[in-house]
Amino acid sequence: MTERYDVLVVGAGPAGLAAAQAAASHGRRVGVIDAQARPGGQVWRHDIAKPPTRAAQAAIAAIDHVELLAGHTVIASEGHTLRTESAHGAHDLEYSALILATGARELLLPFPGWTLPGVTGAGGLQALVKQGWPITGKRVIVAGSGPLLLAAADSLRTHGAQLLGIHEQAPARTMAAFTAQLWRWPERAMQALGLRARLASVPYRFGSHVRAAFGRETLEAVEIVGPHGVQRVACDHLAVGYGLVPDTGLARLLGCALQDGAVHPGVRVDSFGRTSVTHVFAAGEACGIGGLAVARIEGAIAGHAAAGDDASATALLRRRTRARRFSGLLARSFALVPHLHALATPQTTVCRCEDVPLGALDDFSDTRAARLASRCGMGACQGRICGSALAELGRFMPAGSGRPPLFPARLDSLAASAGDLSVTADC
Amino acid sequence: MSHFDLIVVGAGIIGAACADAATAAGLRVAIVEPGPIGGGSTAAAMGHLVAMDDDPVELALSRYSLQLWEAFADLAEAEFSRCGTLWVARNPQEIGAIDTRIARLAAAGIEARAVDADELYRLEPLLAPGMAGGLRVPGDAVVYPPRVALHLVKRACAHGATLHHGRRVLTLGDGAVTLDDGSRLVGPVLVATGCALPQLLPELPMRSRKGHLVITDRYPGLLHHQVLELGYADSAHGDADSSVAFNVQPRPTGQILIGSSREFGDGDSAVSPPMVQRMLQRAFTFMPGLRDLQALRTWTGFRPTPIDGRPYLGAVPGYRDVWAAAGHEGLGVTTALGSARLLIDLLRGDTPAIDPAPFAPSRVTT
Ligand SMILES: Cc1cc2nc3c(=O)[nH]c(=O)nc-3n(C[C@H](O)[C@H](O)[C@H](O)COP(=O)(O)OP(=O)(O)OC[C@H]3O[C@@H](n4cnc5c(N)ncnc54)[C@H](O)[C@@H]3O)c2cc1C
Ligand SMILES: Cc1cc2nc3c(=O)[nH]c(=O)nc-3n(C[C@H](O)[C@H](O)[C@H](O)COP(=O)(O)OP(=O)(O)OC[C@H]3O[C@@H](n4cnc5c(N)ncnc54)[C@H](O)[C@@H]3O)c2cc1C
Repeated sequence: MTERYDVLVVGAGPAGLAAAQAAASHGRRVGVIDAQARPGGQVWRHDIAKPPTRAAQAAIAAIDHVELLAGHTVIASEGHTLRTESAHGAHDLEYSALILATGARELLLPFPGWTLPGVTGAGGLQALVKQGWPITGKRVIVAGSGPLLLAAADSLRTHGAQLLGIHEQAPARTMAAFTAQLWRWPERAMQALGLRARLASVPYRFGSHVRAAFGRETLEAVEIVGPHGVQRVACDHLAVGYGLVPDTGLARLLGCALQDGAVHPGVRVDSFGRTSVTHVFAAGEACGIGGLAVARIEGAIAGHAAAGDDASATALLRRRTRARRFSGLLARSFALVPHLHALATPQTTVCRCEDVPLGALDDFSDTRAARLASRCGMGACQGRICGSALAELGRFMPAGSGRPPLFPARLDSLAASAGDLSVTADC
Repeated sequence: MSHFDLIVVGAGIIGAACADAATAAGLRVAIVEPGPIGGGSTAAAMGHLVAMDDDPVELALSRYSLQLWEAFADLAEAEFSRCGTLWVARNPQEIGAIDTRIARLAAAGIEARAVDADELYRLEPLLAPGMAGGLRVPGDAVVYPPRVALHLVKRACAHGATLHHGRRVLTLGDGAVTLDDGSRLVGPVLVATGCALPQLLPELPMRSRKGHLVITDRYPGLLHHQVLELGYADSAHGDADSSVAFNVQPRPTGQILIGSSREFGDGDSAVSPPMVQRMLQRAFTFMPGLRDLQALRTWTGFRPTPIDGRPYLGAVPGYRDVWAAAGHEGLGVTTALGSARLLIDLLRGDTPAIDPAPFAPSRVTT
């Protein structure tokens, strides 16, 4: 049996929740799908140690007329039907309009030692500790780039980590300019001030990056390069992320065009969030990194537009333009310094699924030829990690086949025919 | 203008093998390939080196080729694994066909052995209950085709071949080709463009037969042989517009590659969910335990299929110095090395090791 929705939203982060609320306000039948067990997306991810923020509570409460399909991962698409997989099997969901609010992923860059156990993404470790991963008393270094470093450090601190330092690659000069601009977005400025106050005892270094990680079985130490030279620091965890990249996997599966010319392109949309495919909209980080405020507004715009209320969508456009300006500031301020592209040596693993060292790609100028010969990007993560890393290094365009399954899925879920499927909301 | 002893058009597994065989024979070779080496049908293939016995002509070519593959057994790039083939019989009728198949394979010099139901389940415990028995061909193997193609091209280049990479042949004349950058290469021409053959040689009919494959995560030790249903040949060589057959392969990585489907269509390479469903359902009837494995990727490819299912290998009538090596359907990896030797022998006026007559392109032009 296939369930039918007027508006189906993929992603229950800030963008998806706002989209669902807006679409449902027009009396439409709305469903929200998210792979995670609870709504909230990245920023409002459930934290076992902390109650949700008021904004998160309100956004989640606002969708009580919406069917929430939590724990459902979209794995395939045909016509106007998405196939999801949950613990209960496969499900087919049909839509009249679809809103992609699939958010962003962390950008990880290869460097010697980055595959050692103990090295994770910054947002990655944050997500783990929010779920209860034990971090109390562990010595942690946070490194990479972007506002996410502070947010991650804050969560780690809350859960009892011993933070040795936060290392932002952007130079002090650029960071000063960024801070000077921040007052134009008071919400962001307050958020930043709050984080800095809570992390006051933790050194926050600019123009500083991790060059290598060392350890026999697991991480034991890292080598940090800063304005004052090289330093070796013993630690248990390195949480390192170089900012965010839009998650466009589902958009590509559906055939939506991406932005031209960007290293990590988002989904191409018009001001109402319409993609190049009719009846498919996109909102939030999937369309370019902009943070919470952008996600909320774009979600609402797409929700109204998908429900056919262009007037309500139009009313929000000015706020969107202002919020999106912040995306530009983020991109400029946290642009990666060129020497980060040279951290990986030819021996450094670039594709951990298939154990491919960077040097194995040297003979190829063409993405497909390199992938065919080395199988780089063909493993379990389906090129999500190495594809973005290689794009950042200027070697290849992001991998990702645009073919089902979008995420690894049981063969049974791909094999089920539509007639055999059932849908259970809230499971 | 450059002169060569042979211009190989297309660097799939067939063109690559031909270029390699030609340079080994001392010829001055040019290779023209617009895309990645082995990036056509070759990239999509399962890479099963298999002796199919339903057509004696194909079997002779396969047998010849399989012997040549032995030289690649220790080559790292080939990822050669001698898993053998296990053909599964579901019922007494299918068991009844096994002796004939053993005899046909034996006549071609290929070892094969009947296995009873007990041994079948010992060999592959994952099989569904109720199977009647099977046929085991221990010499069959598995390779990774695109890397072999790349290896062959590199070896040809090391022996003096010139690779015109990123270039496409636009037109073809008696003993010359024109490339898309306007340059002209002169010498005998060998067209090895697979499904694209009719673009240069419209007189040689070719259809593209689409296939789907699904690959799983790593499950080392779960499967030991390439396992197929005995009825596979009915799907493979039957004429149905679309068909599926049970065909699973253990990759050296522990991944399991699942096929196979065949359909004539419009050339759209998109994955068709209904076809994947049909193919997997077929696989589950033979191995229900596959249901719970994690699928990582799906893809499609096209088999270059001439009317009679046999490849074109030889001089193309109506031209001087134009040759074809294309149309290997679902067996082009298996038969690549033998096809290349046969063709280079013909080109040089030597007598090939097997009878070339059934493969002559003239069979369809006259
Ligand atoms: C790891 C990480 C941690 C972050 N932490 C913070 C933070 O602490 N503070 C902060 O201000 N910002 C944080 N961000 C930035 C964050 O992206 C934005 O603040 C905001 O959450 C973006 O909202 P969104 O709705 O566009 O996307 P998201 O909040 O990312 O929501 C997207 C949702 O879509 C779901 N999804 C995607 N694809 C599928 C699929 N195929 N099937 C089913 N569900 C799918 C995901 O599970 C996810 O829940 C973080 C980002 C990342 C990547
Ligand atoms: C799903 C599937 C599974 C298969 N499994 C197996 C198997 O297990 N075992 C087996 O033996 N076989 C298998 N096959 C069959 C095998 O893949 C093919 O028979 C074989 O790859 C054909 O090789 P080719 O070199 O003729 O064609 P291709 O690999 O397609 O090469 C032709 C080349 O010509 C180039 N070209 C085209 N036009 C021009 C031009 N104008 N100028 C220059 N170059 C040009 C193309 O770019 C291409 O690289 C399978 C096929 C499929 C689709």
